[in-house]
Amino acid sequence: MQRHLISAADLTRDDAVLILDTAEEMARVADRPIKKLPTLRGRTVVNLFFEDSTRTRISFEAAEKRLSADVINFTAKGSSVSKGESLKDTAQTLEAMGVDAVVIRHGASGAPYRLATSGWIDAHVINAGDGTHQHPTQALLDAFTMRRRLVGPDAGLGKDLDGRRVTLVGDILHSRVARSNVDLLHTLGAEVTLVAPPTLLPVGVETWPCEVSYDLDSTLTKSDAVMLLRVQRERMNAAFFPTEREYSRRYGLDGDRMAKMPDHAIVMHPGPMVRGMEITAEVADSGRCTVVEQVTNGVSVRMAVLYLLLGGAEPAVTHARPTEEK
Amino acid sequence: MSKTLIRGAKVLGGEPQDVLIDGTTIAEVGTGLSAEGAEVVEAGGKVLLPGLVDLHTHLREPGREDSETVLTGTRAAASGGYTNVFAMANTFPVADTAGVVEQVWRLGQESGYCDVQPIGAVTVGLEGAKLAELGAMHESAAGVTVFSDDGKCVHDAVIMRRALEYVKAFDGVVAQHAQEPRLTEGAQMNEGVVSAELGLGGWPAVAEESIIARDVLLAEHVGSRVHICHLSTAGSVEIVRWAKSRGIDVTAEVTPHHLLLTDELVRSYDPVYKVNPPLRTERDVLALREALADGTIDIVATDHAPHPHEDKDCEWAAAAMGMVGLETALSVVQETMVDTGLLDWAGVAERMSFKPAKIGQATGHGRPVSAGEPANLTLVDTEYRGRVDPAGFASRSRNTPYEGRELPGRVTHTWLRGKATLVDGKLT
Repeated sequence: MQRHLISAADLTRDDAVLILDTAEEMARVADRPIKKLPTLRGRTVVNLFFEDSTRTRISFEAAEKRLSADVINFTAKGSSVSKGESLKDTAQTLEAMGVDAVVIRHGASGAPYRLATSGWIDAHVINAGDGTHQHPTQALLDAFTMRRRLVGPDAGLGKDLDGRRVTLVGDILHSRVARSNVDLLHTLGAEVTLVAPPTLLPVGVETWPCEVSYDLDSTLTKSDAVMLLRVQRERMNAAFFPTEREYSRRYGLDGDRMAKMPDHAIVMHPGPMVRGMEITAEVADSGRCTVVEQVTNGVSVRMAVLYLLLGGAEPAVTHARPTEEK
Repeated sequence: MSKTLIRGAKVLGGEPQDVLIDGTTIAEVGTGLSAEGAEVVEAGGKVLLPGLVDLHTHLREPGREDSETVLTGTRAAASGGYTNVFAMANTFPVADTAGVVEQVWRLGQESGYCDVQPIGAVTVGLEGAKLAELGAMHESAAGVTVFSDDGKCVHDAVIMRRALEYVKAFDGVVAQHAQEPRLTEGAQMNEGVVSAELGLGGWPAVAEESIIARDVLLAEHVGSRVHICHLSTAGSVEIVRWAKSRGIDVTAEVTPHHLLLTDELVRSYDPVYKVNPPLRTERDVLALREALADGTIDIVATDHAPHPHEDKDCEWAAAAMGMVGLETALSVVQETMVDTGLLDWAGVAERMSFKPAKIGQATGHGRPVSAGEPANLTLVDTEYRGRVDPAGFASRSRNTPYEGRELPGRVTHTWLRGKATLVDGKLT
């Protein structure tokens, strides 16, 4: 494992599988009466959020607290940042208070990379989403969810997603979730197809390790997982698509379309969902939709990442591990 | 008057010759010239060029003296071998009146390191809506002949047409920063494979090319000449080549950084590589070099754009666009054009002195190295190779993309009308 987690593309297959396996152990902790491990006792983690994202921040906070870390939450609004303080000064101020790791969410692509590589601070940096670049823990929790559902919690240990067919639908152009997922799923051996109107695909997507299609219906029948991405309504004002209704008709997932998917296939969404836009209520509330599980899994995966980056060689969980099949 | 004998210099890269400066002019060029009464500079096979002329410099004064002043900028110019720089109009206040251009011109006169020719804004406040008083700026003491909204594009086709027509009355030229504004909203870097991966807003080549195509057609229609600033794409080269073949009166410039660097460098997210127009691809770089060699692109201009440290020591999106360039331009041109065999030193003199002076109608600059001409000269040690160290820059700013990079060539001496402004690499 590296010192930081900036991009899903930085993870090797073995790194990624190790995180997923560790997350399985962490998930078992959640089933205990006391959901807390002493692993990061005495370590301080700051959640440095320059963008509003309550759900991601809470997920990290839950993960940090379950590992017994001391947690500091910093939001840009109302802070020195709103008075013009630079990212560098903010980060150095926090580090001067003795922070071991910085979990950063920032609107500017590359901000976590700058934080990790510019010599500004020594702390571990974990990217909690930067601009339209990367959101690696989201990709990890998505992969974790897929492995659990498509392979199995125990059967999946030590395994990747070899040959699983994953379709990502929606605003690829503006999506850090899409970029992270393409990178990680490719590393884990999955076959990825992106589906979007051509306006919402970046120029240059042809070099990504995935297929691209403009036609949702033809990909549904050959998908093991379909992940819908949020489409912001304001995009139509910039002429990315004509109307909300047209988008829904062409790229939204409703009950009829879901019926075309193989029986075992799951529907995923990183949230927040725009019901009626990219997903209908019928699909969102169906048993095939993993959106709530993804939230639960997010805590386990973030615990695994924090533990592996910060915890060192100590075993995370002190119960007997199930025997892995070699 | 003082005399200086430059002994054994390869004039424009030719056979070694002696050049005698008497007062402000070149008195004699030949071999075995007498050193009597003259201070001798042993050139020892260094290359002697006419003083370089930069048609595109940001001196930042008035308004942003924290990044550069006319004095520090002209010292940087002398260090880089320049004797004349054209100062862009995007200062605070904007150089859109006779008063501001005269102020910049006067500051240049006072500096004594390099002549400063102010460029006037095309439109009031660079806002693209209303023509600035172009005639008044031309008639001022600054004698403005080049007009540009550089930093912003004169995007309105009617305003551009009128500006092209209007400056014909006094043989002015409009230098266009070609950037279609709607296609570049939120643009952070070249749009392509790298931007897709990095999640940075794309600045598509077509945003430059469509404006150049429009403007060469406008120039043809109204019978004006037009100059294209910092051309950066292979497609732009094709359009300018086509326009020239049609007899359209268009000239174009390329920056040193677009001849050397590509958007792959942006993977570092280091804003030192953030510039407008953005760094493009390897294919573009090669097309630009070829076009500069074959004359499709007329000149090299630095687009020297100083910024204070804090404007680059931040995340990419928050950073300012631009790079300093005066002190590294000739080295980059040697690296990309001379050492690659694309240009000889006479070709460099044409593209970095004669032609830019001609486009900007500079008087006394861009003249041949021969008897009777003003002694504006640059001596270059072309055998030198060394790493770029921004700590040694004369510019007030340090935002160079070449820090630590090994480059060839070093300007050792610069003379402005016979007065040495740089001696053995040190400013006087």
